[in-house]
Amino acid sequence: MADLLVEFFQWGFGVTLVPWFATLLGIVVGILAIVLPLLLAVAMSVYMDRKVWAGMQLRRGPNVVGPWGLMQSFADGLKLFLKETIIPASANKFVFLLAPALTFLLALVAWAVIPFDAGVVLSNLNVGVLYLFAISSLGVYGIILSGWASNSRYAFLGALRCSAQMVSYEVSIGFVLVTVLMTAGSLNLSDIVMAQKGQWYIFTPLLPMAVVFFISALAETNRPPFDLPEAEAEIVAGYQVEYSSMAFALFFLGEYANIILMCAMVSILFLGGWLPPLDWAPLYIIPGWIWFFGKIFFVFFLFSWVKATVPRYRYDQLMRLGWKVFLPLSLLWVVLTGVFLLLTGKIPV
Amino acid sequence: MIYALAFYLFATITVISAIMVIASRNPVHSVLFLILAFFNSAGLFVLLGAEFIAMILVIVYVGAVTVLFLFVVMMLDIDYNELRKGFQKYLLVGGLIGIVLLAELALVGMGWGLTGHVITDPATAIPALAQMSNTQALGSLLYTRYVFLFQMAGMILLVAMIGAIVLTHRKRPGVKKQNVNKQVMRRRHEAYEIVKVKPGQGLG
Amino acid sequence: MSLLKHAARTFLLSDFVKAMWLTFRYMFRPKATINYPYEKGPLSPRFRGEHALRRYPDGEERCIACKLCEAICPAQAITIEAAVAADGSRRTTRYDIDMTKCIYCGYCQEACPVEAIVEGPNFEFATETREELFYNKEKLLKNGEMWEQEIATNLKLDAPYR
Repeated sequence: MADLLVEFFQWGFGVTLVPWFATLLGIVVGILAIVLPLLLAVAMSVYMDRKVWAGMQLRRGPNVVGPWGLMQSFADGLKLFLKETIIPASANKFVFLLAPALTFLLALVAWAVIPFDAGVVLSNLNVGVLYLFAISSLGVYGIILSGWASNSRYAFLGALRCSAQMVSYEVSIGFVLVTVLMTAGSLNLSDIVMAQKGQWYIFTPLLPMAVVFFISALAETNRPPFDLPEAEAEIVAGYQVEYSSMAFALFFLGEYANIILMCAMVSILFLGGWLPPLDWAPLYIIPGWIWFFGKIFFVFFLFSWVKATVPRYRYDQLMRLGWKVFLPLSLLWVVLTGVFLLLTGKIPV
Repeated sequence: MIYALAFYLFATITVISAIMVIASRNPVHSVLFLILAFFNSAGLFVLLGAEFIAMILVIVYVGAVTVLFLFVVMMLDIDYNELRKGFQKYLLVGGLIGIVLLAELALVGMGWGLTGHVITDPATAIPALAQMSNTQALGSLLYTRYVFLFQMAGMILLVAMIGAIVLTHRKRPGVKKQNVNKQVMRRRHEAYEIVKVKPGQGLG
Repeated sequence: MSLLKHAARTFLLSDFVKAMWLTFRYMFRPKATINYPYEKGPLSPRFRGEHALRRYPDGEERCIACKLCEAICPAQAITIEAAVAADGSRRTTRYDIDMTKCIYCGYCQEACPVEAIVEGPNFEFATETREELFYNKEKLLKNGEMWEQEIATNLKLDAPYR
């Protein structure tokens, strides 16, 4: 990237860049190249989400702003932007404003290690999976802090529910990751994708883990049927109750960026990232990133589909599912995977 | 140059936020500073080339343990005056313990400097980083040489977990609880029946 | 056996798969809603929407400032002041409706002896500010001109039932 920029500036403006500045500029350009399309994707995914639910409920969904209502999210964003930021009198001001910024920031930061195609990744970290896991486990702070700082009962209840839920489901997500890591033999996301060449993990005995991961991802991102932290019927909107304007918008953007991130994780871990389903030459004509975005799109459709289908869980059912079903199941699968790899001598080095 | 800069940045923030953990008046702020301290320690680990430990530090301590701290602290209803009342009474004992801890830390530091054995000790011999990533190196050491200690630590945690469950999970009289299994096992035909009601007669 | 069946059903998520399949099929059903701003549902002639003050075909105001509407209004949204006009007839000098108070009950229309104040078929009169919803006589007369045709048709259609 840096070399390219140096060349570009020499050719375009006749300026030679200092090496360290070129490196810095390269990083900034790389970040922008991820963040801007991501924000656009967030806007479009909100639109798609609404259209899918509407379709399944025999409604039409957004249809006025722009052709087929495509610009709806931008209109909503503009509306939020123009509204007044209200900070409750008894709120802890600093923490109150820190929380949405944190949520948004963490949702963006996680994308640094996502490989979009062979070699197209901002930071090819060799502990990429752990990095993603760490970032997603931090997501809980934005919510718990917002709940506490709002100094409101609804918000606090929502925050407590949310953090208990996220911490619980992180455990099973962790074990699912372990099964994938054992099979792929690497913590690097690009290596995990390459290990699935010709055989996506979803078509192997890891399929149950893919399902567990998907459902845990629903819980992790507070999506229905696990949207208890928001549960508009019981606690209004949970931790978002006191937020308005841009602070609310940041929560919203962060939430959807997290959902897309989870979709990307499902695609990378189980659907072979940028690889076609078969190791067959003509399929490689389609560029990798199109495969990747197609998969994200598909998984996101699943997210919306589930939301339109399944009613909200009760809280004790949620906790039971996490601790008494998913945790033993994923733990069992870790052992089974280990035994299988050992017996067949397929342990990757 | 950048390396040194990053080191001093991380180190300074770690120390300052560690001080703020005990200095700040609001316990929630203390926990937040604790998180900041953990983060910067993770940064220091990354600088050492131990990215695995850095990530685990963030996942385990920041992602799980501190959340529980935060839980507890947020639930507390602290009366600061009440807290400060006993300060003078415990100053002597607390100070003594502090001095002992400081002395022990100093001893450790001196011992390290005096013997100089630590690096050459065969127990810590790991393959050079060039040969394998430090994650792999850590694993190959942990599951071979230290497997007993590793299992031991696991057992201790298991015992602690079971102990905690036994202490809190007791049957109390007069508490109604849902039998989730029964609820889940219920089928449609047990839940309702369709009855033809003749007009004007009701179900009788 | 039933336990086994139940376990299979639980772990194969068959209930969920069935439900998902159902919602998926619903996505391709004809929509129950209409494409609202471009398509509108039918309105009854009795529909009670935005208010309007009507005129006689020769342009004379119908309202005789009897204040029956003001008296019957349960929300007390109507304010009327009256005076004798130059031609000696009794006319309103002020006819205000606070649309933020109005509950669209239609009593004013029922009370009016000369069919001057009516509730027209228009329901799309959202405004940006509150002040714009404090209707005065001028605004109401303008509404009357704008919606006269629809209002007249509706009144005619509804007349047999009054």
